[in-house]
Amino acid sequence: MRSILTSVVALAVAAPAFASDLVINFDDLNPAPKAAFEAAVEAFKAENPDINVTVNINDREAHKTAIRNFLTADAPDVTSWYPGNRMAPFTDTGLFQGVDDVWDENGLRETFASIEATMTRDGVTYGVPYSYYQWGIYYRKDIFDKLGLEEFETWDDMLAGCAQMKEVGVTPFTIGTKFLWTAAGVFDYINLRTNGYDVHNGLTGGEIAYTDPRIVATFDNWEQLINECGFVDNHASMSWQDALTPFVNGDAGMYVMGNFAVSAMKDAGLSNDQIDYMPFPSINPDVARAEEAPADAFFIPTNATNVENAKKFLAFVARADVQSAWNDTIGQLPPNSEATVSDDKFIQEGFATVSSAAGLAQFYDRDAPAAMASEGMKGFQEFMLDTSKKMEVLERLDGVQAEVY
Amino acid sequence: MAVIDAPSITTPPQAGWLKRNKLSIAPWIFLAPALAFFTLYVVMPIFESLYLSLFEWNGLYDADGNSTAVYIGLENYAKLWDDPNFRTSLVNNLLWLFLFFLAVPLGLLIALFLNQEMPGMRIYKSLFFFPFVISQVVVGLIFGWFYNPDFGVVGTIWKALFCEETVNFVGNVTFKCSSPPPDILSSPEFATYGIIAAGLWPQIAYCMILYLTGLNNVAADQIEAARLDGAKGWKMLWYVVLPQLRPATFIAVVVTVIGALRSFDMIAIMTQGGPFGSTNVLAYYMYEVAISEYGERYGYGSAVAVVLFAIMLVFISYFLWRMYQDEKGTR
Repeated sequence: MRSILTSVVALAVAAPAFASDLVINFDDLNPAPKAAFEAAVEAFKAENPDINVTVNINDREAHKTAIRNFLTADAPDVTSWYPGNRMAPFTDTGLFQGVDDVWDENGLRETFASIEATMTRDGVTYGVPYSYYQWGIYYRKDIFDKLGLEEFETWDDMLAGCAQMKEVGVTPFTIGTKFLWTAAGVFDYINLRTNGYDVHNGLTGGEIAYTDPRIVATFDNWEQLINECGFVDNHASMSWQDALTPFVNGDAGMYVMGNFAVSAMKDAGLSNDQIDYMPFPSINPDVARAEEAPADAFFIPTNATNVENAKKFLAFVARADVQSAWNDTIGQLPPNSEATVSDDKFIQEGFATVSSAAGLAQFYDRDAPAAMASEGMKGFQEFMLDTSKKMEVLERLDGVQAEVY
Repeated sequence: MAVIDAPSITTPPQAGWLKRNKLSIAPWIFLAPALAFFTLYVVMPIFESLYLSLFEWNGLYDADGNSTAVYIGLENYAKLWDDPNFRTSLVNNLLWLFLFFLAVPLGLLIALFLNQEMPGMRIYKSLFFFPFVISQVVVGLIFGWFYNPDFGVVGTIWKALFCEETVNFVGNVTFKCSSPPPDILSSPEFATYGIIAAGLWPQIAYCMILYLTGLNNVAADQIEAARLDGAKGWKMLWYVVLPQLRPATFIAVVVTVIGALRSFDMIAIMTQGGPFGSTNVLAYYMYEVAISEYGERYGYGSAVAVVLFAIMLVFISYFLWRMYQDEKGTR
C-alpha cells in the first residue's frame, strides 16, 4: 500500500519533468505593457499547467537588433514584432512561419477582419496582433470651446477653424519632425483622406509613383494645410515630446498624433477636460474613411522548437477576454472586435473610430520598405520646411522608389 | 659510447636556439596579443567590408543559417555615384576636413597664450583642456541645447533682443517675436557649420595640449640667441619657435585629419544627419544605411565604408610614410 502511494506521489512530482516548454520573447519594458504581458502569461500558465513557460523581456530598441540574430541562432517559440512591411524581411526569408491554421480554427478571420490584410503577405497569414492604437487629431478642448469651434467634419471646417485660431494668436498645429516619423503621420492622413486606403497601399507597395497626380494632389492639400493652418516654427529641431510644450502652454491648438500622446499630455499638466480627440476630417467625401492604427503582434519563428504550444499561446492571446484585460491595462485598443474596451473617453472614441474604418494602415514607415521609408520621411520634412521644393522632392522619391522595389 | 655521447652534443645547440634568437623572438611574443586583436577587429573587418560591398544583403540569415546575400558585383558603387545623399556626405566630409584645420592654429594660439609663468597657470591650462576630457556625446548634447531656439542660449539672447513677453489665448505667458529665433540645427544651410563648431571646441583643446608639451621642449638658448639678434614677434614665432614645434604640428595635423574624417558622435547626437540628410557625413551615412532602424542595406553600407576607408588610406599612408622617413633620418 505504502509503496503504491509513494509511487503515485513520485509520479505526481515527476510529472512536470515531462511537461513541454514555451519560450516567449517580448519587447516592452515599460511598466504597463510589461505588467499586462506578465498577467497574460500567468493566466496562460494557470490554464495550461503542463506547459513550462519562459519569458525574456527586452527593451524595444534592443529587441529590434536582437531579433535579427535570435531568429536564426536561438529562436524562441513566440516573439513579438510588427505587422505590415516590418515583418516582410522575416517572412520573405522564411524566418517566420505562417499560422493560417490558428486563424481558421479560432474564427480569427471574422473577429480580426479589419486587420487581417496587414497580417497577411503573399496569401499567408502570420502572427496574431494583441494591441493597437488610434491616430487622429488631439486638440485643446478649452481653446475650441472659447472660440466656439466644433470638432471638424470636413477639410473646409478645419481651414476655417484654423483661421479663427490664428486670429487669436494660436498656432493651429504643433509637431516635432526631428525624428521624421511624425511628418509621416500627417502625410498618411492627408493621403488617406484625399485618395483612400488603396492608394496608400499602392504607394507604400511601390505600385504608384510619387509624381502620380493623386499623390501630387495630396501634397497640394498638405501645402494648403501648411499655408492656411500652419505648424509651429522650429519643428525640425523638436522631438514629439518637445512639441508638446507649445500645445500644453496653449500656443498651439492641435496635434496629429497617436493615442500614446495622451498620457504625456496629462503628465505635462493638462486635465481630461482640456484635451479631446477627433478623427482626421474628411477631404474627399467619396473616399471611404481609413485610419492609421499601428499594431503589435506575436509571431512564431520557423526555428521554434515547441510549435504546438506556441500556437496554443497565439490562440490564447487572440481571445476576446484576454485582449480586453491586456488592453485595459496598457490603455490601448484590442484588435479583436468582440473584446470590450475601458470607459476612458479616448479609448472609447478611438475604438469607435477604428473599428468602423474601411481599412487600417500601419503607418508609412511600417507599410513601406525601410529604405523607401527613410528617404520618404526625409522628403516630407524637407517639404514641410520649404513647400516650394514639392516637385523636386517628389521626383527624387520616384528615383528612390525605382531603386528600392 | 657514441650513443650515449650523442645527446650531450646535440642538446646545447637545441637549448641555444631559443637563447640565440631571444632578442628577435621576445618582441613578437609581446606583440602577439595586440596583433591578434588588431587582426580580428581591424584587419579582418576591412576585408569583410570589401567583400560585403559586392553583395546586396539585408543582414539576415534564413532559417537554416544560410546568408541571404546576393552577389551584384560593383553595382553598389555604381549606385553610390548617383546617390545625392552620398554626395552631400562627401561634401560635408570635405567641409569638416577644411574647417577642422582651424583647430591647429587656434590651438597654437591658446598654447602660446598659456605658455607663461603666472600663479594659478595650471588651473587655466586645465580649464582650457577640459573640453577634450569630456565625452563627444556630452559636447554634442550641450551644443544642441546651446543652439536650441526655445530654451538655449541662442534662443534666450534672441528673445531678449527681438521678442516681447505677452499672454496667450488661454492666459499663459508666451513670446511674440518680430522674427523667429534662428534654428541653426534644423537649417540645411547652417546645421553642418553648427556641428563643426561644436566639434572644434574639443579639437582645439587637443591641439593646444600638443603644442603646450611641444613648447616645453623649445630650446631656451635658441630663443635667447634669436632675441640677441633682434628677432621678435611674428619673425620669432615663424623662424625660431615654429620650426622647433614641427613634431607637435605633425601630430596635431594627423589627429585633426582623422578626427574630421571619422566625425560621427556629434552628428548622431545633434541632428541624426538631418534636416533631411543635409548634415550627413560618410561615417554617419554608413551607419544609417546599414545598421540604423531604416537601414538593413549592409552591402551598400559596406560600399560607403570602403570609400571612407580609401579616403582615409590616402592620408594614413602619407603620414606613415612621413614617420618612416623621419625615423630613417634620426637613425
